[in-house]
Amino acid sequence: MTKTSQFYPLPNGLTVHLKEIHTAPIISTWVWYRVGSRNEQVGKTGISHWVEHMQFKGTQEFPASYLDREISRVGGTWNAMTYMDWTTYYETLPAHVFEISLQSEADRMTNSLFDPKEVELERNVVISEREGNENEPLFLLNEAVQLEAFADHPYRYEVIGLKDDLHTITRDDLYQHYRNYYRPENAVLAVAGDFEISAMKKKIENYFGTIPNRQVDEHTVAQDPPLGGEKRVSVSGPGETSFVQISYRAPAASNPDFFILTVLDSLLTGPSSLNMFGSGGTSNKTSRLYRALVENEIAVSCHGGLQATKDPFLYHTLLTVHPAHTPEEVLSAVDQEIKKVLDSPVSSAEIERAIKQAKALFAYSSENISNQAFWLGYTEMFDSYDWFENYIDHLLQVTPEKVLEIARNYLNLDNRVVGFYTPEESQA
Amino acid sequence: MTKPVYNKHRNALPGPDDITRVVLENGITVLARTNFNSPTLSIKGYLHSGSLFDPVEKLGISYLTANGLMTGTAAHDFQGLYNEVESIGARLNFSSGTLTTSFSAHCLSEDLRLIMGLIAECLRTPSFPEKEFNRQKTQLLTGLAIRAQDTAAMSSILFDQIIYADHPYQYPEEGYPETVQRIERIDLVEFYQRTYGPKNMVVVIVGAVQPEEAIQAVKSTLGDWHNPQQVPLPNIPDAMPIQKTTKKALSIPGKSQADIVLGSLAPERLSPDYFTLRLANNILGEFGMMGRIGHSVREEAGLAYYAYSSLSLNLGPGAWEMIAGVNPNNIDQAIALMEEEIRKFVTDPVTEEELSDSKSYFLGRMPLMLESNSGVAISLLNMEHFNLGLDYFLKYPQEIQAVTAEDILITSRKYLDPDRLAVAIAGP
Repeated sequence: MTKTSQFYPLPNGLTVHLKEIHTAPIISTWVWYRVGSRNEQVGKTGISHWVEHMQFKGTQEFPASYLDREISRVGGTWNAMTYMDWTTYYETLPAHVFEISLQSEADRMTNSLFDPKEVELERNVVISEREGNENEPLFLLNEAVQLEAFADHPYRYEVIGLKDDLHTITRDDLYQHYRNYYRPENAVLAVAGDFEISAMKKKIENYFGTIPNRQVDEHTVAQDPPLGGEKRVSVSGPGETSFVQISYRAPAASNPDFFILTVLDSLLTGPSSLNMFGSGGTSNKTSRLYRALVENEIAVSCHGGLQATKDPFLYHTLLTVHPAHTPEEVLSAVDQEIKKVLDSPVSSAEIERAIKQAKALFAYSSENISNQAFWLGYTEMFDSYDWFENYIDHLLQVTPEKVLEIARNYLNLDNRVVGFYTPEESQA
Repeated sequence: MTKPVYNKHRNALPGPDDITRVVLENGITVLARTNFNSPTLSIKGYLHSGSLFDPVEKLGISYLTANGLMTGTAAHDFQGLYNEVESIGARLNFSSGTLTTSFSAHCLSEDLRLIMGLIAECLRTPSFPEKEFNRQKTQLLTGLAIRAQDTAAMSSILFDQIIYADHPYQYPEEGYPETVQRIERIDLVEFYQRTYGPKNMVVVIVGAVQPEEAIQAVKSTLGDWHNPQQVPLPNIPDAMPIQKTTKKALSIPGKSQADIVLGSLAPERLSPDYFTLRLANNILGEFGMMGRIGHSVREEAGLAYYAYSSLSLNLGPGAWEMIAGVNPNNIDQAIALMEEEIRKFVTDPVTEEELSDSKSYFLGRMPLMLESNSGVAISLLNMEHFNLGLDYFLKYPQEIQAVTAEDILITSRKYLDPDRLAVAIAGP
């Protein structure tokens, strides 16, 4: 039987992960860089995301709008995303014309221009993106909570960056950041779709094999000590709706505790979808917090989320306050529910249900080639592909006793930040 | 240039050969298409009920009725229904638009009968419990309070008020706070009895199931449904084009960014101008980084993170919108740039290069669009809704290829007049 997937390094350090999928005449190509807001210095927040924008502004070989046109005219999609631990670029194209994605990704790994005029135009675009975010109460609340949650770790800042920094970052800062982090050893190339592995390997060698790796000095990322006590933060702004965000310090994705907390999250606020694209996910009406708060009309909605990160980050729960109640009442109702998972073990049946839900969500994620390609690279940014392959096995090892232990370790008052967003009027 | 090869590929586009279409005795049309690439199913459908039936003083009935279907039935209460769905990691929801009430489900193929059973149960025996109704109403009112703070949503509502003045399409489906306040549970019951029924209903099932089994699942759950009281959709009147540029602005204090929507009426989906308009819109504000509008407002002027155009074409009058989110200081400049692009667009024909790029975009994207089960299901629903024929995708390339630059100029002039635009702005 021929192998349909392969994982190997190039001599220059680039990690390559390939997977043949012959269900549609499509190839999805992703390049992942281990750089995001986690790698940013004070005063330069938002620089990784801005570099991502500049990667669409051209090289000597491919001027700014050239690729956009080439990819669009074959009906392809391309885009990029910047997060805390990573920046990724992808193209999903009809298989017979996919090669431009390898060619252009290899090119912009080293040859982007960062034209000063384009940098200034893009400064306005990025600030505009931030202003769009600022229109959302939940952005303002989350930004305030994260600032409280970490004293030194760069996770304290939103990926988009602080507005002051967006005004002062220079072209040279951007270019330096690019040169530091955009190199083969710091990247993963993931390709999935309608191709033969042996032919694909030759093409990859051709485009990426000659890019020299550069050794650079990486600064160490400051790690915070435990929070050491509950913190509270209040934000007021326009509107008539209040929101409560409760964020507990959470383990890194590579920590076995992470999987147990995933199950706990499923019970408390419903399972999270694993898909970046296309449908999936389920509702959370039978989750404990929904039943206790939304059904009892203390909140009008609740959500929770655990994010897979390289360093310990946060487990968020977010509630929209019912108009007849106060944020304090919502918090106290949430605490009663949290107390239940701290006091006694959850049932095995609840855990089995969470695992069944996770399995279904996994099946949905295999429906779409772009999604499958996403997973080939994504998990490398905070752990390894094994993390994805062993995900369900890890969940199967979760027991009521372990859930109890993890709940007690993480969901305690000393380990959290509580944020309230309240309408301006009520502050007066 | 390489020629697209999609029709010869093993995963050919949906067509009469692989779509099964059956009309049940009670008027339900069932469409099924098999895809065994993953063990999942997408189930979607609609019936002819919607906010067009809502009395103006009680806008929101249709919305609450659709939402209320899963709050209780003859056999299950709210928790019971969601427990069935969430325990298997599936998703099921009902939602109402202007002309249709839709449902959408995603599940493992082994759960087809269970999910079809629940869809039928919710559609046929909803009990609209009083307590749940009150809760849903508060949730909707909170949603509307949040909407009132959303510059994008509010600019879109203002825009509809201008172009659809004196037309029922001027109203948002979710209604306004004062209209929702007036709604009582009995309104939902009456609305349900009058507008829900199998006549003209459509169900589409795509995924890992044989067509016969899919059709049998619909037949056995919905085949004997009848509602002699079901009334047909009211006639949709024409809308009168505005005679001069008309502006509406809404101030939402405290916001960082303003949203702009400007544009005109467009024809209905079945208009012979359809394909010409799709290409025209693509060139004007969709292609690549959002066509000419994106190029001018974002790439050249650096004014916005998003600037694009879009067409909404349904039964009755449609809309052609240019949309941008900008800093409040740049509103006039952004509007001037968009108006200038419209003026150029209706003065000179598009270039042959633009036309050929756009055509190849529409042909190339088909395999991407139809990659997932839900993508195929949406396409089949549209084929049925607009009576496009099962061979729609087979004829599609010819329709696209036939459009000329002259067609685009003449058709754009017909619908876009730079001196008669609706301009809506919501911001600080």
